[in-house]
Amino acid sequence: MSDTPAISVQQLQKRYGSTVAVADVSFQVQPGQIYGVLGPNGAGKTTTLHCICTLLRPDAGQVEVCGIPVQENPKAVREKLGFVAQEVALDKVLTGRELLQLQADIYHMPRPLAQERITAVLQLLDLTDRADERTGTYSGGLRKRLDLAAGLLHQPQVLVLDEPTVGLDIQSRLVIWDFLRQLKAMGITVLLSSHYLEEIDLLADRVAIIDRGTVIAEGTPEELKARVGGERITVKLQEFAPKELAERGAQLLQSLPFVQKVLINSAQGNALNLVVQRNGEDPLNAIRSHLQAHGLEVFSSSQSRPSLDDVYLAATGQTLLDAELAAAEANLGKKKK
Amino acid sequence: MTRTLSQPQPSSIPLFTADFWQETFALTRRWFIQLQRRPTTLLVGIIQPLLWLILFGALFQNAPAGIFGAGQNYTQFLGAGVIVFTAFGGALNAGVPVIFDREFGFLNRLLVAPLTSRFSIVLASSLFIVSLALVQTMVIIGADYALGAGIPNGSGLAVVVLIVGLLVLGFTALSLGLAFAMPGHQQLLALIFLVNLPLIFSSTALAPLSFMPSWLRWVASLNPLTFAIEPIRHLYRNSDWSFTDVVLQAPWGDLTLAGSLGLLAGFVVVSVILVQNVLRKGLA
Ligand SMILES: Nc1ncnc2c1ncn2[C@@H]1O[C@H](COP(=O)(O)OP(=O)(O)OP(=O)(O)O)[C@@H](O)[C@H]1O
Ligand SMILES: [Mg+2]
Repeated sequence: MSDTPAISVQQLQKRYGSTVAVADVSFQVQPGQIYGVLGPNGAGKTTTLHCICTLLRPDAGQVEVCGIPVQENPKAVREKLGFVAQEVALDKVLTGRELLQLQADIYHMPRPLAQERITAVLQLLDLTDRADERTGTYSGGLRKRLDLAAGLLHQPQVLVLDEPTVGLDIQSRLVIWDFLRQLKAMGITVLLSSHYLEEIDLLADRVAIIDRGTVIAEGTPEELKARVGGERITVKLQEFAPKELAERGAQLLQSLPFVQKVLINSAQGNALNLVVQRNGEDPLNAIRSHLQAHGLEVFSSSQSRPSLDDVYLAATGQTLLDAELAAAEANLGKKKK
Repeated sequence: MTRTLSQPQPSSIPLFTADFWQETFALTRRWFIQLQRRPTTLLVGIIQPLLWLILFGALFQNAPAGIFGAGQNYTQFLGAGVIVFTAFGGALNAGVPVIFDREFGFLNRLLVAPLTSRFSIVLASSLFIVSLALVQTMVIIGADYALGAGIPNGSGLAVVVLIVGLLVLGFTALSLGLAFAMPGHQQLLALIFLVNLPLIFSSTALAPLSFMPSWLRWVASLNPLTFAIEPIRHLYRNSDWSFTDVVLQAPWGDLTLAGSLGLLAGFVVVSVILVQNVLRKGLA
C-alpha cells in the first residue's frame, strides 16, 4: 500500500447552466476507508460523485482516483472504479444473471472468470434464488442488491455508492450496511453519499458534510462531534414542570462551571436541555447534587453525545431535517413555475 | 441526470481488438434478448410491410399497364420501395431505446465502464437493426414474389442485402447520434415523426421521378432513400444486370448501380463521422 489517496478531490466546481451544483468541494479518501459524503437534498452529492466517476467533466478543480487524474485518463480511472448510481437502472427484460453477464463483458472479463465472479456476487448479496428471473419482477431491495452486485463484479479498488439505502426498508438497509462492512474487510475503498446521519455515523471512517455545494465540515465523525463539543443532557424537574420552576432550575444550572448552555424546551414539558463540557467526573451527579442543595429534585434525566446533526446545526444554523424541508419546498416552487 | 462526458478519445475505432468485440456483442445480445422476449415487436415489424405491399398494391391495381416502367406492374414497382422504407423506419427509430437508456440511467452503467470505444454502443445497435431489417427484407421479397412481382437473381439478392445494410447503417448512426445529442425522448420522437414520412414521400418509394414536378424531382434524386430504391428496382427488372447500368436518370445526370452504392457508402461514412463527433464531444 502506498500513501496515494484512493480518491482526491480538490476545489471541485460544477455548474449546470446558472445553477451552481458544486461550489467548492475538497476531500481525500485513504485506501481501505469507508468515506461518507453527507448532505441534504440538492447539496451536490450526486454531482460530486459523477465528477469522480468520469460521468461529468468538472468546471474547475482536480479529481484523482488512485493517483490517476480523472480528466486526463478517464479510461484508466474507469478500470479502478465501481459505481452504483442513486437510481437503480436495470433492464427489466434481462434476468439478474444476464445483467451481470453484460456487466462482465463490458469490463472484458473472460467467460470462466465471469461465471465464477457472478456466482460469488450472487451469493454475497443473497440473490442466487432469484438470479434467473427477470429484474422486472424484483422488489426495490432486490433491485438495489443486484445493482450493488453489478458494481462489485469486476472487483474495483474503489466503489462509489450514491445513496445506497435511500428508500429501502430497515431490513434491506441492514443487509446493505453489513455488505459495506464486508467490503471494508476485503480492503475495498468505499465512497458513499447519504442523507441519513445514523448511516454515516455508523459506517464511515471519515465524513465530509456538504451544504449547497460546499464542504462545511470534514473529519472523522468522532472529531466532528468532539469539535462541536460538549454532551447533551436533558433534565426534567417534573413530568410537566411549571415555567417558574424550570426558570429557577435553569438559573441554578447556568452557574455551574461546566454547563455551557441551558435551554428550556417547552415542547418537552419545560425540560432543561443542557450542553455540558465533561471534565472527568460525571456531570449528571454534579447537576443532581447542585439542584438538591437548592431544594429541587430531578424527576428524570437523559444524556447523549452530540450527533452529526449537531455538527450540521453548528455549521449552518439549521438542522438537516429543516434543510431537507426547505429544499423540498424550493423544489415545489420551481415546479409550479 | 444523464449529462455525461467522454474525454477526447483516439479517433480510430479499435475494430480489431477482442475487447471491442466482447463489449459490442454483449450489447448486441441485449437487444436480441429484448426482441426474443417481446416478440410482438418482430411480429408488427413483419406484418406492417406486408400490409403496405397489399394495400398500396391494390390501390394502383388498375393503373394503365407500363406507366411505372416498361413491363412492370405496381406490385413489382412497389416492392423495392417497401423494402427500403421498412428498413429506413427501423433505422430511424434505432435511437429510441438508447435515449430511454440515457434517461433511465442505464447508459451511465456503460459510460462508467472502461469500454474500449463508445462506438461499440453504436455498432451494437447497428448490428441489431441491420439483422432485423434483413429479416424484414427477406419476408417482403418472399411476399412480393408470391404476389407475382418476380425476384432478383442470386447475385442480385446479394446486392440487395448490401444496399439495405448500407442504408440502415447510415440512418442508424444518425439516429443514435441524435439520441446522444437531443435533450430528451419527446424531442427525439418528434424529430423522427417529422422526418419519417416526408423522406419517404420525397423519394421514389411510391412513385417514379417522371410523376413528379421538377423541384421534387431534384429533392428525390438527392434523397438517400432513392439511392437505395432505384438499384433494387433495377435488380428486380433485370436478371442480366451489371454495375455500370444506369438505374436513375436524375436531373443532375445518370446514376449507375455502382454510383448509387458509392453514394450510400459515402452516406454511411458521413453519418459515422457525425456520430463519432457527438460521442467525442461528450454526449452532452
Ligand atoms: N442535470 C441537471 N441540470 C440542472 N441542474 C441540475 C442537474 N442535476 C442536478 N442539478 C442541480 O444541482 C444541484 C445539486 O444536485 P445533486 O443531484 O448533485 O444533489 P444531491 O446532493 O445528490 O441531492 P439528492 O440528495 O436529492 O440526491 C441541485 O440544485 C440540482 O437541482
Ligand atoms: Mg443525489
